[in-house]
Amino acid sequence: MITLSRLVKTFGNSTVLDGIDLTIEKGEIIVVIGPSGTGKSTLLRCINMLETPDSGEISLNKLRIDFAKASRAEQLALRRNTAFVFQNYALFANRTARDNVAERLIVVDGWPRARAHARAMELLERVGLGDRGNAYPSALSGGQQQRVGIARAMAADAEVILFDEPTSALDPEWVEEVLGVMKQLASQRQTMMVVTHEMQFARDVADRVIFMEGGRIVEQGPPDQLFSDPKDPRTRSFLRKVLGTSA
Amino acid sequence: MSVLDFSYMAQLAPYLLTKLPITLGMASAGMLCALVLASLLAVIRVTRPPVLNQLTLLFISFFRGTPLLVQLFLFYYGLPQIFTSLVKVDGITATILGLTLHFSAYMAESIRAAIAGVDRSQTEAALSIGMTQGQLMRRIVLPQATRIAVPTLMNYFIDMIKSTSLAFTLGVTELMGATQKDASSSFMYFEAFLTVAIIYWVVVELLSRLQKMLEHRLNRAYAR
Ligand SMILES: Nc1ncnc2c1ncn2[C@@H]1O[C@H](COP(=O)(O)OP(=O)(O)OP(=O)(O)O)[C@@H](O)[C@H]1O
Ligand SMILES: [Mg+2]
Repeated sequence: MITLSRLVKTFGNSTVLDGIDLTIEKGEIIVVIGPSGTGKSTLLRCINMLETPDSGEISLNKLRIDFAKASRAEQLALRRNTAFVFQNYALFANRTARDNVAERLIVVDGWPRARAHARAMELLERVGLGDRGNAYPSALSGGQQQRVGIARAMAADAEVILFDEPTSALDPEWVEEVLGVMKQLASQRQTMMVVTHEMQFARDVADRVIFMEGGRIVEQGPPDQLFSDPKDPRTRSFLRKVLGTSA
Repeated sequence: MSVLDFSYMAQLAPYLLTKLPITLGMASAGMLCALVLASLLAVIRVTRPPVLNQLTLLFISFFRGTPLLVQLFLFYYGLPQIFTSLVKVDGITATILGLTLHFSAYMAESIRAAIAGVDRSQTEAALSIGMTQGQLMRRIVLPQATRIAVPTLMNYFIDMIKSTSLAFTLGVTELMGATQKDASSSFMYFEAFLTVAIIYWVVVELLSRLQKMLEHRLNRAYAR
Protein backbone atom coordinates (compact mmCIF):
# COMPACT_ATOMS: atom_id res chain seq x y z
CA MET A 1 0.00 0.00 0.00
CA ILE A 2 1.16 3.49 -0.86
CA THR A 3 -0.10 6.54 0.97
CA LEU A 4 0.39 10.09 -0.21
CA SER A 5 -0.62 12.91 2.04
CA ARG A 6 -0.91 16.66 1.61
CA LEU A 7 1.33 16.63 -1.46
CA VAL A 8 2.10 20.14 -2.68
CA LYS A 9 4.15 21.06 -5.73
CA THR A 10 4.74 24.55 -7.06
CA PHE A 11 6.60 25.81 -10.11
CA GLY A 12 7.54 29.43 -9.48
CA ASN A 13 4.36 30.98 -8.13
CA SER A 14 1.91 28.55 -9.69
CA THR A 15 0.70 25.75 -7.45
CA VAL A 16 0.49 22.71 -9.68
CA LEU A 17 -0.42 20.15 -7.02
CA ASP A 18 -2.53 21.61 -4.27
CA GLY A 19 -2.58 19.14 -1.41
CA ILE A 20 -3.10 15.68 -2.87
CA ASP A 21 -4.18 12.85 -0.55
CA LEU A 22 -4.21 9.42 -2.07
CA THR A 23 -4.00 5.81 -1.04
CA ILE A 24 -3.07 3.14 -3.54
CA GLU A 25 -3.87 -0.42 -2.49
CA LYS A 26 -1.62 -3.28 -3.43
CA GLY A 27 -2.73 -4.70 -6.78
CA GLU A 28 -4.96 -1.75 -7.50
CA ILE A 29 -5.30 -0.33 -11.01
CA ILE A 30 -5.87 3.42 -10.92
CA VAL A 31 -6.56 5.55 -13.96
CA VAL A 32 -6.10 9.31 -13.70
CA ILE A 33 -7.99 11.58 -16.07
CA GLY A 34 -8.41 15.33 -16.33
CA PRO A 35 -7.87 18.34 -18.56
CA SER A 36 -4.47 19.35 -19.87
CA GLY A 37 -2.19 21.22 -17.47
CA THR A 38 -3.97 19.89 -14.41
CA GLY A 39 -0.95 18.30 -12.81
CA LYS A 40 -1.46 14.63 -13.75
CA SER A 41 2.07 14.16 -15.05
CA THR A 42 3.47 16.16 -12.18
CA LEU A 43 1.70 13.88 -9.71
CA LEU A 44 3.25 10.76 -11.23
CA ARG A 45 6.65 12.45 -11.45
CA CYS A 46 6.48 13.41 -7.77
CA ILE A 47 5.77 9.81 -6.77
CA ASN A 48 8.88 8.72 -8.74
CA MET A 49 10.68 11.83 -7.45
CA LEU A 50 11.54 13.04 -10.90
CA GLU A 51 10.14 16.23 -9.40
CA THR A 52 10.79 17.19 -5.82
CA PRO A 53 7.55 18.18 -4.11
CA ASP A 54 7.54 21.26 -1.88
CA SER A 55 5.88 19.39 0.94
CA GLY A 56 3.85 16.34 1.78
CA GLU A 57 4.56 12.78 2.74
CA ILE A 58 4.66 9.41 1.13
CA SER A 59 4.75 6.03 2.76
CA LEU A 60 5.49 2.92 0.82
CA ASN A 61 6.47 -0.36 2.44
CA LYS A 62 8.80 0.58 5.25
CA LEU A 63 9.71 3.87 3.59
CA ARG A 64 8.24 7.02 5.09
CA ILE A 65 9.44 10.15 3.40
CA ASP A 66 8.77 13.74 4.28
CA PHE A 67 9.25 15.44 0.93
CA ALA A 68 10.22 18.76 2.47
CA LYS A 69 13.37 17.19 3.88
CA ALA A 70 13.98 14.11 1.76
CA SER A 71 17.60 13.00 1.79
CA ARG A 72 19.40 11.82 -1.31
CA ALA A 73 19.24 8.25 -0.02
CA GLU A 74 15.48 8.50 0.47
CA GLN A 75 15.10 9.95 -3.00
CA LEU A 76 17.00 7.02 -4.50
CA ALA A 77 15.04 4.52 -2.41
CA LEU A 78 11.74 5.96 -3.59
CA ARG A 79 12.82 5.96 -7.23
CA ARG A 80 13.95 2.37 -6.94
CA ASN A 81 10.62 1.30 -5.51
CA THR A 82 8.49 3.01 -8.15
CA ALA A 83 8.77 2.51 -11.89
CA PHE A 84 7.94 4.95 -14.66
CA VAL A 85 6.72 4.45 -18.21
CA PHE A 86 7.21 7.59 -20.29
CA GLN A 87 5.00 9.01 -22.99
CA ASN A 88 7.98 9.22 -25.36
CA TYR A 89 9.31 5.76 -24.26
CA ALA A 90 12.70 7.26 -23.29
CA LEU A 91 14.57 4.05 -23.97
CA PHE A 92 18.34 4.28 -23.58
CA ALA A 93 19.47 4.91 -27.13
CA ASN A 94 22.87 3.31 -26.54
CA ARG A 95 21.43 0.05 -25.22
CA THR A 96 19.72 -2.83 -26.97
CA ALA A 97 16.18 -3.78 -25.97
CA ARG A 98 17.54 -6.47 -23.67
CA ASP A 99 20.08 -4.15 -22.08
CA ASN A 100 17.47 -1.45 -21.56
CA VAL A 101 15.60 -3.91 -19.38
CA ALA A 102 18.71 -5.40 -17.75
CA GLU A 103 20.36 -2.06 -17.01
CA ARG A 104 18.70 -1.44 -13.69
CA LEU A 105 19.12 -5.04 -12.52
CA ILE A 106 22.85 -4.78 -13.12
CA VAL A 107 23.54 -1.21 -12.03
CA VAL A 108 21.01 -0.62 -9.29
CA ASP A 109 20.30 -4.10 -7.95
CA GLY A 110 23.78 -5.49 -8.51
CA TRP A 111 22.70 -8.67 -10.28
CA PRO A 112 25.31 -10.70 -12.14
CA ARG A 113 25.22 -9.85 -15.82
CA ALA A 114 24.12 -13.28 -17.05
CA ARG A 115 21.24 -13.51 -14.62
CA ALA A 116 20.10 -9.97 -15.46
CA HIS A 117 20.18 -10.76 -19.17
CA ALA A 118 18.16 -13.92 -18.66
CA ARG A 119 15.59 -12.03 -16.62
CA ALA A 120 15.46 -9.26 -19.23
CA MET A 121 14.76 -11.78 -21.99
CA GLU A 122 12.05 -13.34 -19.88
CA LEU A 123 10.38 -9.94 -19.50
CA LEU A 124 10.75 -9.14 -23.20
CA GLU A 125 9.11 -12.49 -23.89
CA ARG A 126 6.18 -11.44 -21.74
CA VAL A 127 5.64 -8.24 -23.72
CA GLY A 128 5.92 -10.19 -26.95
CA LEU A 129 9.41 -9.11 -27.92
CA GLY A 130 11.41 -12.23 -27.17
CA ASP A 131 12.91 -12.06 -30.65
CA ARG A 132 13.98 -8.40 -30.54
CA GLY A 133 16.42 -8.50 -27.63
CA ASN A 134 19.38 -7.44 -29.73
CA ALA A 135 17.64 -4.56 -31.49
CA TYR A 136 18.53 -0.98 -30.66
CA PRO A 137 15.58 1.34 -29.94
CA SER A 138 16.04 3.14 -33.26
CA ALA A 139 15.29 -0.13 -35.05
CA LEU A 140 11.99 -0.66 -33.21
CA SER A 141 8.52 0.69 -33.95
CA GLY A 142 6.89 3.04 -31.45
CA GLY A 143 4.71 0.23 -30.14
CA GLN A 144 7.69 -2.06 -29.71
CA GLN A 145 9.69 0.68 -27.98
CA GLN A 146 6.89 1.31 -25.53
CA ARG A 147 6.60 -2.40 -24.80
CA VAL A 148 10.33 -2.44 -24.03
CA GLY A 149 9.65 0.58 -21.82
CA ILE A 150 7.04 -1.45 -19.96
CA ALA A 151 9.38 -4.43 -19.65
CA ARG A 152 12.03 -2.08 -18.24
CA ALA A 153 9.52 -0.87 -15.66
CA MET A 154 8.57 -4.45 -14.82
CA ALA A 155 12.20 -5.33 -14.15
CA ALA A 156 12.17 -3.03 -11.16
CA ASP A 157 9.70 -5.28 -9.39
CA ALA A 158 8.43 -1.97 -8.08
CA GLU A 159 5.63 -1.30 -5.64
CA VAL A 160 3.80 0.57 -8.41
CA ILE A 161 4.29 1.20 -12.10
CA LEU A 162 3.44 4.76 -13.12
CA PHE A 163 2.30 5.24 -16.73
CA ASP A 164 2.26 8.79 -18.11
CA GLU A 165 0.12 8.71 -21.25
CA PRO A 166 1.85 5.58 -22.53
CA THR A 167 -0.04 5.53 -25.83
CA SER A 168 -0.33 9.24 -26.62
CA ALA A 169 2.80 9.44 -28.74
CA LEU A 170 2.01 6.28 -30.68
CA ASP A 171 0.72 5.99 -34.22
CA PRO A 172 -2.83 4.61 -33.92
CA GLU A 173 -1.78 1.25 -35.34
CA TRP A 174 0.43 0.54 -32.29
CA VAL A 175 -1.95 1.60 -29.53
CA GLU A 176 -3.74 -1.71 -29.11
CA GLU A 177 -0.61 -3.82 -28.67
CA VAL A 178 0.58 -1.53 -25.88
CA LEU A 179 -2.81 -1.45 -24.17
CA GLY A 180 -2.85 -5.23 -24.51
CA VAL A 181 0.39 -5.55 -22.56
CA MET A 182 -0.96 -3.21 -19.90
CA LYS A 183 -4.16 -5.23 -19.60
CA GLN A 184 -2.16 -8.38 -19.19
CA LEU A 185 -0.16 -6.70 -16.40
CA ALA A 186 -3.38 -5.55 -14.79
CA SER A 187 -4.78 -9.07 -14.85
CA GLN A 188 -1.72 -10.17 -12.87
CA ARG A 189 -2.62 -7.53 -10.30
CA GLN A 190 0.47 -5.43 -10.82
CA THR A 191 -0.22 -2.18 -8.97
CA MET A 192 -0.53 0.51 -11.62
CA MET A 193 -1.34 4.19 -11.83
CA VAL A 194 -2.10 5.25 -15.37
CA VAL A 195 -2.61 8.73 -16.78
CA THR A 196 -4.42 8.26 -20.08
CA HIS A 197 -7.03 9.58 -22.46
CA GLU A 198 -8.04 6.03 -23.36
CA MET A 199 -11.45 6.01 -21.70
CA GLN A 200 -12.28 2.52 -22.88
CA PHE A 201 -9.14 1.23 -21.16
CA ALA A 202 -10.25 3.01 -17.99
CA ARG A 203 -13.68 1.39 -18.16
CA ASP A 204 -12.31 -2.08 -18.87
CA VAL A 205 -9.35 -2.22 -16.54
CA ALA A 206 -9.45 0.38 -13.78
CA ASP A 207 -10.50 -0.41 -10.25
CA ARG A 208 -10.72 3.28 -9.60
CA VAL A 209 -10.78 6.36 -11.79
CA ILE A 210 -9.50 9.66 -10.44
CA PHE A 211 -10.59 12.93 -12.01
CA MET A 212 -8.14 15.78 -11.42
CA GLU A 213 -8.48 19.44 -12.15
CA GLY A 214 -6.48 22.46 -11.06
CA GLY A 215 -3.99 20.43 -9.05
CA ARG A 216 -6.64 18.68 -6.96
CA ILE A 217 -8.48 15.40 -6.97
CA VAL A 218 -12.02 16.49 -7.75
CA GLU A 219 -13.74 13.14 -7.78
CA GLN A 220 -12.90 9.46 -7.73
CA GLY A 221 -14.65 6.16 -7.84
CA PRO A 222 -15.11 2.88 -9.73
CA PRO A 223 -15.29 3.47 -13.49
CA ASP A 224 -18.96 2.41 -13.74
CA GLN A 225 -19.99 4.97 -11.21
CA LEU A 226 -17.67 7.78 -12.30
CA PHE A 227 -18.45 7.48 -15.99
CA SER A 228 -22.21 6.95 -15.70
CA ASP A 229 -23.01 9.03 -12.66
CA PRO A 230 -20.37 11.72 -12.05
CA LYS A 231 -21.22 13.88 -9.04
CA ASP A 232 -19.16 16.98 -9.66
CA PRO A 233 -20.17 19.38 -12.45
CA ARG A 234 -16.51 19.69 -13.49
CA THR A 235 -16.26 15.93 -13.95
CA ARG A 236 -19.48 15.94 -15.91
CA SER A 237 -18.33 18.71 -18.23
CA PHE A 238 -14.94 17.05 -18.79
CA LEU A 239 -16.53 13.70 -19.59
CA ARG A 240 -19.03 15.33 -21.90
CA LYS A 241 -16.10 16.78 -23.81
CA VAL A 242 -14.06 13.59 -24.10
CA LEU A 243 -16.90 11.09 -24.50
CA GLY A 244 -19.26 13.18 -26.58
CA THR A 245 -22.86 12.97 -25.33
CA SER A 246 -22.67 9.65 -23.53
CA ALA A 247 -22.09 11.12 -20.06
CA MET B 1 65.49 27.75 -60.98
CA SER B 2 66.47 24.13 -60.83
CA VAL B 3 64.21 21.06 -60.99
CA LEU B 4 63.35 19.27 -57.77
CA ASP B 5 66.03 16.93 -56.56
CA PHE B 6 63.92 13.78 -56.29
CA SER B 7 66.78 11.54 -55.25
CA TYR B 8 67.40 13.75 -52.22
CA MET B 9 63.72 13.56 -51.34
CA ALA B 10 63.65 9.77 -51.78
CA GLN B 11 66.60 9.51 -49.46
CA LEU B 12 65.23 11.95 -46.89
CA ALA B 13 61.75 10.46 -46.65
CA PRO B 14 62.72 7.10 -45.07
CA TYR B 15 64.85 8.92 -42.52
CA LEU B 16 62.00 11.28 -41.67
CA LEU B 17 59.61 8.34 -41.32
CA THR B 18 61.77 7.05 -38.47
CA LYS B 19 60.75 10.23 -36.60
CA LEU B 20 57.06 9.69 -37.24
CA PRO B 21 56.63 7.61 -34.06
CA ILE B 22 57.81 10.59 -31.98
CA THR B 23 55.30 12.86 -33.69
CA LEU B 24 52.43 10.40 -33.41
CA GLY B 25 53.48 9.41 -29.90
CA MET B 26 53.33 12.99 -28.65
CA ALA B 27 50.01 13.55 -30.39
CA SER B 28 48.49 10.32 -29.03
CA ALA B 29 49.69 10.93 -25.49
CA GLY B 30 48.47 14.52 -25.71
CA MET B 31 45.12 13.38 -27.06
CA LEU B 32 44.58 10.77 -24.35
CA CYS B 33 45.46 13.19 -21.54
CA ALA B 34 43.40 15.94 -23.18
CA LEU B 35 40.39 13.63 -23.48
CA VAL B 36 40.50 12.80 -19.79
CA LEU B 37 41.03 16.41 -18.73
CA ALA B 38 38.44 17.75 -21.18
CA SER B 39 35.80 15.26 -19.98
CA LEU B 40 36.44 16.37 -16.44
CA LEU B 41 36.20 20.05 -17.38
CA ALA B 42 33.05 19.36 -19.41
CA VAL B 43 31.35 17.60 -16.50
CA ILE B 44 32.24 20.58 -14.31
CA ARG B 45 30.77 22.93 -16.91
CA VAL B 46 27.57 20.88 -17.04
CA THR B 47 27.11 20.40 -13.29
CA ARG B 48 28.50 23.84 -12.32
CA PRO B 49 29.88 23.25 -8.84
CA PRO B 50 30.50 26.73 -7.32
CA VAL B 51 34.26 27.39 -7.20
CA LEU B 52 35.41 24.72 -9.64
CA ASN B 53 33.18 26.12 -12.33
CA GLN B 54 34.79 29.57 -12.15
CA LEU B 55 38.28 28.05 -12.13
CA THR B 56 37.37 25.96 -15.16
CA LEU B 57 36.10 29.00 -17.02
CA LEU B 58 39.35 30.81 -16.25
CA PHE B 59 41.39 27.82 -17.40
CA ILE B 60 39.48 27.51 -20.65
CA SER B 61 39.65 31.22 -21.32
CA PHE B 62 43.42 31.35 -20.78
CA PHE B 63 44.33 28.32 -22.88
CA ARG B 64 42.06 29.36 -25.72
CA GLY B 65 43.13 32.97 -25.51
CA THR B 66 46.88 32.50 -25.89
CA PRO B 67 48.96 30.94 -28.70
CA LEU B 68 50.08 27.35 -28.27
CA LEU B 69 53.68 28.39 -29.00
CA VAL B 70 53.60 30.88 -26.12
CA GLN B 71 52.20 28.18 -23.83
CA LEU B 72 54.94 25.75 -24.87
CA PHE B 73 57.66 28.30 -24.13
CA LEU B 74 56.00 29.05 -20.82
CA PHE B 75 56.15 25.39 -19.79
CA TYR B 76 59.57 24.62 -21.23
CA TYR B 77 61.55 27.75 -20.39
CA GLY B 78 59.39 29.50 -17.84
CA LEU B 79 58.21 26.88 -15.38
CA PRO B 80 61.66 25.44 -14.51
CA GLN B 81 62.72 28.93 -13.40
CA ILE B 82 59.93 28.99 -10.85
CA PHE B 83 59.85 25.34 -9.82
CA THR B 84 63.47 24.32 -9.77
CA SER B 85 62.53 20.64 -9.55
CA LEU B 86 61.21 20.95 -13.11
CA VAL B 87 64.66 21.67 -14.54
CA LYS B 88 64.66 18.22 -16.06
CA VAL B 89 61.45 18.64 -18.04
CA ASP B 90 62.41 17.62 -21.55
CA GLY B 91 60.97 18.97 -24.75
CA ILE B 92 58.74 15.98 -25.35
CA THR B 93 57.13 16.16 -21.91
CA ALA B 94 56.66 19.91 -22.20
CA THR B 95 55.04 19.45 -25.61
CA ILE B 96 52.65 16.78 -24.35
CA LEU B 97 51.78 18.98 -21.39
CA GLY B 98 51.20 21.97 -23.64
CA LEU B 99 49.11 20.04 -26.14
CA THR B 100 47.07 18.53 -23.32
CA LEU B 101 46.21 21.80 -21.66
CA HIS B 102 45.72 23.73 -24.87
CA PHE B 103 43.51 21.22 -26.61
CA SER B 104 41.57 20.19 -23.52
CA ALA B 105 40.33 23.77 -23.29
CA TYR B 106 38.84 23.46 -26.77
CA MET B 107 37.69 19.87 -26.41
CA ALA B 108 35.94 20.59 -23.11
CA GLU B 109 33.60 22.89 -24.98
CA SER B 110 32.72 20.33 -27.66
CA ILE B 111 32.24 17.61 -25.05
CA ARG B 112 30.04 19.97 -23.02
CA ALA B 113 27.96 20.70 -26.11
CA ALA B 114 27.73 16.98 -26.87
CA ILE B 115 26.54 16.23 -23.33
CA ALA B 116 23.96 18.98 -23.66
CA GLY B 117 22.96 17.41 -26.97
CA VAL B 118 21.94 14.14 -25.34
CA ASP B 119 18.16 14.12 -25.04
CA ARG B 120 16.85 15.07 -21.60
CA SER B 121 14.60 11.98 -21.64
CA GLN B 122 17.72 9.80 -21.35
CA THR B 123 18.63 11.40 -18.04
CA GLU B 124 15.06 11.17 -16.76
CA ALA B 125 14.79 7.50 -17.63
CA ALA B 126 18.08 6.82 -15.86
CA LEU B 127 16.98 8.75 -12.78
CA SER B 128 13.61 7.03 -12.75
CA ILE B 129 15.18 3.59 -12.37
CA GLY B 130 17.25 4.89 -9.47
CA MET B 131 20.66 5.48 -11.00
CA THR B 132 22.97 7.93 -9.27
CA GLN B 133 24.30 10.99 -11.11
CA GLY B 134 27.65 9.26 -11.59
CA GLN B 135 26.08 6.10 -12.98
CA LEU B 136 23.87 7.91 -15.43
CA MET B 137 26.76 10.04 -16.67
CA ARG B 138 29.08 7.08 -17.09
CA ARG B 139 26.65 4.58 -18.54
CA ILE B 140 24.07 6.60 -20.45
CA VAL B 141 25.00 10.22 -21.11
CA LEU B 142 28.75 10.10 -21.83
CA PRO B 143 28.55 7.16 -24.25
CA GLN B 144 25.88 8.97 -26.24
CA ALA B 145 27.76 12.26 -26.03
CA THR B 146 30.83 10.47 -27.37
CA ARG B 147 28.99 9.59 -30.52
CA ILE B 148 28.04 13.23 -31.00
CA ALA B 149 31.54 14.48 -30.15
CA VAL B 150 33.68 12.02 -32.10
CA PRO B 151 33.81 13.91 -35.41
CA THR B 152 34.90 17.14 -33.72
CA LEU B 153 37.36 15.36 -31.45
CA MET B 154 38.95 13.60 -34.41
CA ASN B 155 39.42 17.00 -36.01
CA TYR B 156 41.21 18.17 -32.88
CA PHE B 157 43.42 15.09 -33.01
CA ILE B 158 44.40 15.93 -36.58
CA ASP B 159 45.05 19.49 -35.51
CA MET B 160 47.15 18.17 -32.65
CA ILE B 161 49.31 16.06 -34.94
CA LYS B 162 50.11 19.13 -36.98
CA SER B 163 50.73 21.16 -33.83
CA THR B 164 53.41 18.73 -32.65
CA SER B 165 55.64 20.37 -35.26
CA LEU B 166 56.03 23.24 -32.79
CA ALA B 167 58.03 20.85 -30.60
CA PHE B 168 61.07 21.51 -32.78
CA THR B 169 61.28 24.94 -31.14
CA LEU B 170 61.88 23.10 -27.85
CA GLY B 171 64.69 21.10 -29.42
CA VAL B 172 62.73 17.93 -30.04
CA THR B 173 63.85 16.06 -33.13
CA GLU B 174 60.44 14.99 -34.34
CA LEU B 175 59.35 15.18 -37.98
CA MET B 176 59.73 18.91 -38.30
CA GLY B 177 62.91 19.15 -36.20
CA ALA B 178 64.58 16.40 -38.21
CA THR B 179 63.62 18.10 -41.47
CA GLN B 180 64.92 21.43 -40.27
CA LYS B 181 68.26 19.90 -39.26
CA ASP B 182 68.70 18.01 -42.50
CA ALA B 183 67.75 21.00 -44.63
CA SER B 184 70.20 23.29 -42.91
CA SER B 185 73.10 21.03 -43.87
CA SER B 186 71.89 20.07 -47.36
CA PHE B 187 70.52 23.55 -48.17
CA MET B 188 67.71 21.87 -50.10
CA TYR B 189 65.03 23.65 -48.15
CA PHE B 190 62.30 23.35 -50.71
CA GLU B 191 62.73 19.60 -51.19
CA ALA B 192 63.06 18.99 -47.48
CA PHE B 193 59.96 20.89 -46.43
CA LEU B 194 57.98 19.55 -49.37
CA THR B 195 58.86 16.04 -48.25
CA VAL B 196 57.75 16.65 -44.69
CA ALA B 197 54.60 18.37 -45.92
CA ILE B 198 53.70 15.30 -47.95
CA ILE B 199 54.29 13.05 -44.96
CA TYR B 200 51.97 15.14 -42.75
CA TRP B 201 49.45 15.23 -45.54
CA VAL B 202 49.39 11.47 -46.06
CA VAL B 203 49.11 10.82 -42.32
CA VAL B 204 46.20 13.24 -42.01
CA GLU B 205 44.49 11.75 -45.07
CA LEU B 206 44.76 8.26 -43.62
CA LEU B 207 43.33 9.51 -40.35
CA SER B 208 40.43 11.15 -42.14
CA ARG B 209 39.60 7.81 -43.71
CA LEU B 210 39.77 6.19 -40.29
CA GLN B 211 37.51 8.94 -38.95
CA LYS B 212 34.87 8.19 -41.58
CA MET B 213 34.98 4.49 -40.75
CA LEU B 214 34.73 5.17 -37.04
CA GLU B 215 31.74 7.48 -37.46
CA HIS B 216 30.04 4.95 -39.67
CA ARG B 217 30.57 2.28 -37.05
CA LEU B 218 29.31 4.41 -34.19
CA ASN B 219 26.22 5.39 -36.13
CA ARG B 220 25.44 1.89 -37.30
CA ALA B 221 24.90 0.76 -33.71
CA TYR B 222 22.14 3.16 -32.79
CA ALA B 223 21.49 5.73 -35.46
CA ARG B 224 18.52 8.03 -34.95
N1 LIG C 1 9.23 21.86 -15.16
C1 LIG C 1 8.19 22.73 -15.12
N2 LIG C 1 8.41 24.04 -14.93
C2 LIG C 1 7.40 24.93 -14.87
N3 LIG C 1 6.12 24.60 -14.99
C3 LIG C 1 5.81 23.29 -15.19
C4 LIG C 1 6.83 22.30 -15.27
N4 LIG C 1 6.24 21.10 -15.48
C5 LIG C 1 4.92 21.34 -15.53
N5 LIG C 1 4.66 22.64 -15.36
C6 LIG C 1 3.32 23.26 -15.31
O1 LIG C 1 2.56 22.56 -14.37
C7 LIG C 1 1.24 22.42 -14.82
C8 LIG C 1 0.83 20.97 -14.77
O2 LIG C 1 1.57 20.26 -15.73
P1 LIG C 1 1.40 18.72 -15.98
O3 LIG C 1 2.34 18.35 -17.05
O4 LIG C 1 1.52 17.99 -14.70
O5 LIG C 1 -0.08 18.64 -16.49
P2 LIG C 1 -0.85 17.40 -17.11
O6 LIG C 1 -2.10 17.27 -16.33
O7 LIG C 1 0.04 16.23 -17.19
O8 LIG C 1 -1.21 17.93 -18.58
P3 LIG C 1 -1.25 17.14 -19.97
O9 LIG C 1 -2.58 16.44 -20.02
O10 LIG C 1 -1.15 18.23 -20.96
O11 LIG C 1 -0.09 16.21 -19.99
C9 LIG C 1 1.17 23.02 -16.20
O12 LIG C 1 0.63 24.32 -16.09
C10 LIG C 1 2.60 23.09 -16.64
O13 LIG C 1 2.80 24.19 -17.47
MG1 LIG D 1 0.96 15.16 -18.77
